[in-house]
Amino acid sequence: MTVWIDAIIQGVLVGGLYALFAMGLSLMFGIMRLVNVAHGDVVILMSFIGLMAVEKLGLQPFTAMAVVVPVALCIGYALQRGILNFTISKDPLPSLIVTFGISIVIQNLLLEFFSADTRAINSGGLESQSIAISDNLAAGVLPLIVFGSAVLLTIGLQWLFGNTSMGRAFRATSDDHGAAALMGINNAHIYALATAIAIGILGIAGIFHGMRTTFAPTDGPAQLIYAFEAVIIGGLGSFWGTLAGGVLLGIAQSIGARLDPGWGVLVGHVMFVAVLLFKPNGFFPKTR
Amino acid sequence: MSQLLSTHGLKAWYGDFQALFGIDFEIRPQEIVAIIGANGAGKSTFLKAITGVLSADAESVRFKGQPIGGRRPHRVVADGIAMVPEGRRLFPSLSVEENLRMGAYTKRPGPWTLEKIYGLFPVLKEKRKAPGTALSGGQQQMVAIGRALMSNPELLICDEISLGLAPAVIKEIYVALAEIARNGLTAIVVEQDVYTAQRVSQRLYCFQEGRVSLRGNSSDLTHEQISHAYFGV
Ligand SMILES: Nc1ncnc2c1ncn2[C@@H]1O[C@H](COP(=O)(O)OP(=O)(O)OP(=O)(O)O)[C@@H](O)[C@H]1O
Ligand SMILES: [Mg+2]
Repeated sequence: MTVWIDAIIQGVLVGGLYALFAMGLSLMFGIMRLVNVAHGDVVILMSFIGLMAVEKLGLQPFTAMAVVVPVALCIGYALQRGILNFTISKDPLPSLIVTFGISIVIQNLLLEFFSADTRAINSGGLESQSIAISDNLAAGVLPLIVFGSAVLLTIGLQWLFGNTSMGRAFRATSDDHGAAALMGINNAHIYALATAIAIGILGIAGIFHGMRTTFAPTDGPAQLIYAFEAVIIGGLGSFWGTLAGGVLLGIAQSIGARLDPGWGVLVGHVMFVAVLLFKPNGFFPKTR
Repeated sequence: MSQLLSTHGLKAWYGDFQALFGIDFEIRPQEIVAIIGANGAGKSTFLKAITGVLSADAESVRFKGQPIGGRRPHRVVADGIAMVPEGRRLFPSLSVEENLRMGAYTKRPGPWTLEKIYGLFPVLKEKRKAPGTALSGGQQQMVAIGRALMSNPELLICDEISLGLAPAVIKEIYVALAEIARNGLTAIVVEQDVYTAQRVSQRLYCFQEGRVSLRGNSSDLTHEQISHAYFGV
């Protein structure tokens, strides 16, 4: 019994990381109907930028975030305004092709600069600390911090979308970008702000990823799959849905891994396919 | 001649298809001008060309003496031209009040506030938390008009605001417009219904196949002139 409770706890916690990967993906898809195929590679890019900040600037990982997140916001804004805005149309193909191209470019640049070696961000021993829940149950401090960040970001994004002028502009543009333009919204700018936020979150997610596990330049596509699965499982109704999707994926993988050490990722995929078949709009679909 | 807005040989295309063939149009401050015409005559196209939804030669649209043809829609609103688009196009995931607030996105200074809009259309205050699209057609039209007013426009453009509404509701909406007009509103109203158009406007244009087929003072135009210009018979 304890084994399964432990599996669920670990699954929930890793789900927080998947949710961090997934939020930007669902935000960009929700507002622009744009699937960013390079999303996972941006996670890894941010892990490497974080690694540089820690190793070359000598920063603590959490201080590094304060440097990497603004850089990520700027990269996101420039990426959208300089490239992706020109690919947005009713036809999804151009943006898929262009972001696929960006994915390849990022992987090759990372290989060029950092070689194919696996790396890790030194978290100063944080990765081995844990909090005891009962005699034989414990939760890692780092996974708890990651999960807590995911919850805070979810609250923050829900608040931004529900209560600010920018959030209203995001929703209005998502509903009808032509009518939004008639209200004075510059679509190009709003889209760039959305991508800035999406990539900004990856600044946090990438560093957490690098602290939790090792990473290498070609790891991006796997992270994209997890993010994508979390979005589909959660549905596009709200960021809470995305968080739930990440958590459900994490639990499925964790339980799978207890059944057989090789099954973790596979059980996650099976659950994803099951959701696609039986609940194609996810568990928390858009209601209006 | 002090026009607020004028067009000069305005042409517009949808790809290779030419929809407007040189429209000359003018509206003075505090005037209400109606545009009538059969389905497909080019009325909405004309409004889209003014508001920058369709591209146009810069000099073919002048607003307050400035060439604005081809200026992007979000800039045109900021310049002071607000549009109530055909089919209302409320934002379905926004509440009534949020829809109204979207109109104020440009933060143009002026008299219109949420409270003023609620004063004009009291029913909207009761429904302000409801999703915009959960309202009746007439109430949705009020939201669309209120949303446009929230940008404090110098020129309000309404595209077929009476379409699909009951006569009593149409009357209510035009009473509200007349009330705004007394405070110095300038407006272009596109109407299918000739009698409504004549009654609410000082001057009237009739479009036919992308050209102006008739223009004049609304009260001077005869039924024969209008039906000839409307149907081309
Ligand atoms: N998006 C479009 N693409 C191609 N052609 C269009 C488009 N919109 C309108 N047209 C064509 O342009 C011409 C003028 O259309 P427009 O919508 O301006 O007419 P209208 O006078 O507003 O008619 P209605 O009273 O039906 O609204 C029509 O021949 C129409 O078929
Ligand atoms: Mg029309």
